[in-house]
Amino acid sequence: MPPRVGVVLFPGTNCEHDAVHALGSLGGDAELVWHGSTSLGAYDALVLPGGFAHGDYLRPGAIARFSPVMESVSAYAASGGPVVGICNGFQVLTEAGLLPGALQKNRGLRFVCTTVRVRVERDDTALTDGVTIGTELSIPINHFEGNYTCDAATLAELRAEGRVVLRYVDNPNGSIDDIAGVCNSGRNVVGLMPHPERASDPLLGSEDGAVLLTALLRTAGAALPAA
Amino acid sequence: MATSRQFSVQVEVLLRDGIADPQGATIERALPALGLDGVTAVRAGKSFRFDLAAADDADALAQATVVADRLLANPVIEESVVTVRPADTAA
Repeated sequence: MPPRVGVVLFPGTNCEHDAVHALGSLGGDAELVWHGSTSLGAYDALVLPGGFAHGDYLRPGAIARFSPVMESVSAYAASGGPVVGICNGFQVLTEAGLLPGALQKNRGLRFVCTTVRVRVERDDTALTDGVTIGTELSIPINHFEGNYTCDAATLAELRAEGRVVLRYVDNPNGSIDDIAGVCNSGRNVVGLMPHPERASDPLLGSEDGAVLLTALLRTAGAALPAA
Repeated sequence: MATSRQFSVQVEVLLRDGIADPQGATIERALPALGLDGVTAVRAGKSFRFDLAAADDADALAQATVVADRLLANPVIEESVVTVRPADTAA
């Protein structure tokens, strides 16, 4: 049985079908979950995709945190379920307190839409399980508020606990310590600004994102009871 | 329950010191075009106003602070200043 992945759809999310398509083409069984849902189906992983949840009003992710589904997402994360936030989904996870830090406006006040190289720093998170450390991937970014920041104590903790999951090879947005993705202490919740779903097919110019999504499906599959 | 009173609240949200404020910096760089080159320390933020029913000043401030800290500002990157005044005292 393929791992089941719920892709959370907020009003204003716009990468949900890309995520469902990519996960499906890589062997997952993905479907959309409306943000108003108060309970979740039996999923093996959750993805919060990119876009502009609730119009990004106030701050990206600030209103989405209060969507009814987020209580279930938090409970799912607390129980160890794999949760990945991509771009706006990463912003939602930080606002919800499921990941530390915040995403501020890019250095230079520039919207950045380009393909960047990111380096995999950990092989033991929900999104990078089994991926060789040091692997460099070409994956698109597309954001205005992707400049990761946190206080010095949090940064020290992230480093000490090996929770920086991805780093930019050539920092495009001013992120502290070149951080492109981080995880929680349980390593099951991961947020990243790059869009792996947009680099998961040769037609899209890069299949490097498939490395991450395949690792997520592997993590999700490992959570399945043995057949 | 005690009679509640109406309060007017203003919350100002600014980026914390040390957090890049490219909008403020960009505004500052534009000012010399107006012939004003003595303007410094420009910071861009947000201002929110709302009305609130509360038992007294302390209750109003407490409620407004929850709104500011839990929603209007992200404490990781922003700080907020909350001002509460009774709405029923005519100016």
